[in-house]
Amino acid sequence: MIDKAWIPEGVQRCSIGRFLLWLAFVGIFLGWGLYGAYVILSQGLGTTGLDNYFGFGLWITFDLAVIALGAGAFFTGFLRYILRIDQLKNIINLTVIIGFLCYSGAMMVLVLDIGQPLRAWFGYWHPNVHSMLTEVIFCITCYCTVLIIEYVPLILENRVLNKNRFLHHLAHNFHVYMPLFAGIGTFLSFFHQGSLGGMYGVLFGRPYAFREGFFIWPWTFFLFIASAIASGPSFTLLVNKLMELMSGKRLVDDATKELMAKISGLLLAFYIFWKILDTWAWANGLLPKAGLTFDQMFYGLAYGKWLLWTELLFCGVIPAIMLVVPAIRKIHGLMYLAALLNCTGIVINRFVQTVQTSAHPVMPFDVWNVYIPNWAEWSTSLMIVAYGALLMSLSYRYLPIFPKEKELNS
Amino acid sequence: MEHKESKIRWGMVVDLDKCTGCGACMVACEAENNIAPTTDSSNKLRTLSWMLVYELTNGKAYPDHDVAYLPRPCMQCGKPSCMTVCPVTAIDKNEEGGIVSQIYPRCIGCRYCMAACPYHARYFNWYDPIWPEGMEKTLTPNVSVRPRGVAEKCTFCHHKYAEAKELARAEGRDPLHLEENDYIPACVAACPSGAMHFGDLNNPEHTVYKMAHEKYAFRLLERLGTDPQVYYYSKREWVRRQGDNYLKTEKTKGA
Ligand code: SF4
Ligand code: SF4
Repeated sequence: MIDKAWIPEGVQRCSIGRFLLWLAFVGIFLGWGLYGAYVILSQGLGTTGLDNYFGFGLWITFDLAVIALGAGAFFTGFLRYILRIDQLKNIINLTVIIGFLCYSGAMMVLVLDIGQPLRAWFGYWHPNVHSMLTEVIFCITCYCTVLIIEYVPLILENRVLNKNRFLHHLAHNFHVYMPLFAGIGTFLSFFHQGSLGGMYGVLFGRPYAFREGFFIWPWTFFLFIASAIASGPSFTLLVNKLMELMSGKRLVDDATKELMAKISGLLLAFYIFWKILDTWAWANGLLPKAGLTFDQMFYGLAYGKWLLWTELLFCGVIPAIMLVVPAIRKIHGLMYLAALLNCTGIVINRFVQTVQTSAHPVMPFDVWNVYIPNWAEWSTSLMIVAYGALLMSLSYRYLPIFPKEKELNS
Repeated sequence: MEHKESKIRWGMVVDLDKCTGCGACMVACEAENNIAPTTDSSNKLRTLSWMLVYELTNGKAYPDHDVAYLPRPCMQCGKPSCMTVCPVTAIDKNEEGGIVSQIYPRCIGCRYCMAACPYHARYFNWYDPIWPEGMEKTLTPNVSVRPRGVAEKCTFCHHKYAEAKELARAEGRDPLHLEENDYIPACVAACPSGAMHFGDLNNPEHTVYKMAHEKYAFRLLERLGTDPQVYYYSKREWVRRQGDNYLKTEKTKGA
């Protein structure tokens, strides 16, 4: 192995040939996505499947979904550094990397998604303090910076880099201040997760997404925070499992996994309780006030009621029970299934809140429209997944992410 | 969000019983506002129709079948759902006349305003605008052309408002007290059937004031609370019913 000196001490990694083969596979998607991005940036958004009805489509769903799933980073950081649940140190590095990948990936998609990428900085320069999107722009960039600050010391832990005295001390100092960054990260995440929900909750002209609430925030503000912190730990578990399957190693001990599942389950139970209440209040209060009925909110297969029931029951109530009950959680197959359902539910939620909201005809004489993303949107979304896979693979190979790996595989 | 009030409220009243759906308003709007011709307009969801004529039907079979045509400009909402959401303050409701403006060089093209507007009155520039050679000579000089990647919409031809004020000033009249016919948007001027009226909704002497206060006047989606500055008028109850989402049990306005 030519790169042996760079690999953390005492752990086994696959041969460099195999690793490069895997990177080449990931590279196919990266290449396709880069081509898509080039076409979009050079020829404009007319090359996508979006239109005047669906200004928001696959990209926004993808953004909102990865940001929710990446919430494991801030919430686990909060539990580890602020509430001092020490056991989470076995998985905290992984959550930080996932968080960084999700957020940086979302920001790349956002650059493609706005019609004037060169004006992206206007959000800071001409902010509209009434817009939830302004809050999102500020918080996400700040939080992404925090994630970089949290990721850098991990990189500096690399065996070769760490030999350098300066880098060694730098990494150490970063670690000392980690609770501070965890605190800032928690604060920022709390607000932008909420504002993302608020973005749709304030659309009073769109009864599908509009919610009333208290103070300046609609309920969706809080529902988005709750759903993000409920799905984040589940997503971390799934990524961890995928890495274990691919590497053939045990990376995190069972107790930590089960603790993550329990945290996820309790939060999901909390969220789904409020989400069901919210849906009920929406159907019985807000819709009649707008002159609409519950049935009018759904259409065909693409925007059918099945989405709502799947979200609430199959991907909400059921995984919440599975993750909360210790006997079920201890059967790992079921634990992962529940985590998968949990994450799927959140993705469905982000989809309906954005795309179905646009599809629903608000004017009585208007019609439903169905949106189908095209290759340009798929290729660039997959590119972000590939980008995540690339960075995660490199991190796993060269950085000591899992403190227990040596012990678990000896 | 606070409700934006202004002393003058430029408004439009469209008599749906007179509109024949000829589309002259749509054409006039495109020409006046420098909307580039689309090379392929087969995708209606990608065209820029600041003024769009919808076809309404009562859904009954012949001989009871009936249709109405509803021209839809931007409603210049009193409480514009598009304005508060814009992250870069590219949208503003003018204090003097209540026209909702769009600052093209500011817009970043995030399309959040499009998601917010319930009337689909906002459009996005999906493609670079291209005018066939020679046609650039027909461009309206006072209307900016928009680049690819920004959102745009009907402005009640507010360049004409600026022109009318300038003219009034030049003639020594008060620009804030324009006569009814001093400022008329292109669509209203082009309407051959006399279905469209324009003026100050706050001025009892203007036709629009009178029409908007009639029993058969209504606005689109009134109950959402957007408070549009565009009114419609129809004696036909089924048409008024389609102006808002009426539950089966509810009585129509004006009935
Ligand atoms: S009709 Fe739409 S675009 Fe026009 S002011 Fe109202 S919300 Fe804004
Ligand atoms: S598309 Fe332009 S005008 Fe609309 S919300 Fe975004 S930045 Fe504002």
